[in-house]
Amino acid sequence: MSVFAHAMPLAGLAGGLMIGLSAALMLLADGRIAGVSGLAARVVGVGLSSAPYSVAAAFILGLPLGSMLVAALQGHVVACFPGSAPLIMIGGLAVGFGTQLGAGCTSGHGVCGMSRLSVRSIAATLTFMGAGVATVAAMRCFGVAG
Amino acid sequence: MNRQALIALAAGILFGAGLAVSGMADPTRVRAFLDVAGKWDPTLAFVMVGAIIPMTIAWRIKAKIAKPLVAPRFDLPGTTRLDAKLLGGAVIFGIGWGVVGLCPGPAIADLAIHPRPALLFVSAMLAGMAAYRGCRLVTAYLAAPAAAAETNSQ
Repeated sequence: MSVFAHAMPLAGLAGGLMIGLSAALMLLADGRIAGVSGLAARVVGVGLSSAPYSVAAAFILGLPLGSMLVAALQGHVVACFPGSAPLIMIGGLAVGFGTQLGAGCTSGHGVCGMSRLSVRSIAATLTFMGAGVATVAAMRCFGVAG
Repeated sequence: MNRQALIALAAGILFGAGLAVSGMADPTRVRAFLDVAGKWDPTLAFVMVGAIIPMTIAWRIKAKIAKPLVAPRFDLPGTTRLDAKLLGGAVIFGIGWGVVGLCPGPAIADLAIHPRPALLFVSAMLAGMAAYRGCRLVTAYLAAPAAAAETNSQ
């Protein structure tokens, strides 16, 4: 049990349900995928998403508003970043480039696509999870602090 | 604001709140899920299960309705091809995700929690997105006119 000492299964499940309900609302009311990488690229004018600009901008604006709301209600929300600015920038560049090349991230492929049983999304999710695991293992091996 | 954008705003707020409640706004916790050789933290798996439950029901409802409640029509990805672009993109994304512990949703939600490092990450992420778009435009320009037209129409 000690390996799971820091896990938050109930909070994770509850927050996950909120994320799934949000994606369900986007699908059933607005008729589209709640894919954060595609909508974010649309907002800054570098994406190929067909979402109306106002829809993409409103969804993206909602993300920090939602976390701010929880921070206000709970007192605070933990977000512990790696200390190294170059690492943060390398990670950001890879996430931006990779999500555009691979047409989706954890929300679009992971939540929306996997629940649709899309083979593309299942393959993408297994691949980025595998790459993430390998990256963390390699950083641990070479002593790079994450 | 139009009705579709109001729905999207509500969905965005619910999504951002869900990330904060679930612990996924914390890059260290997300990295701990990927750190199978260290102090593995399975929380992300619970978040995924929680999110996939309502979405599985939503896809079943979607199959029974002709059009969405607010928008004029469904506008969903239809590609089914597994190709090198998809998997290569997923590898590059996964590397970045592993380095910092952030994917696009939590990164943007963290702008309200821990603005300085989140802004650094989001700026780099948008630059990475722009770099991809730039590569596409250059490739399309260098290719034959027919191929360029095909690339642009995707």
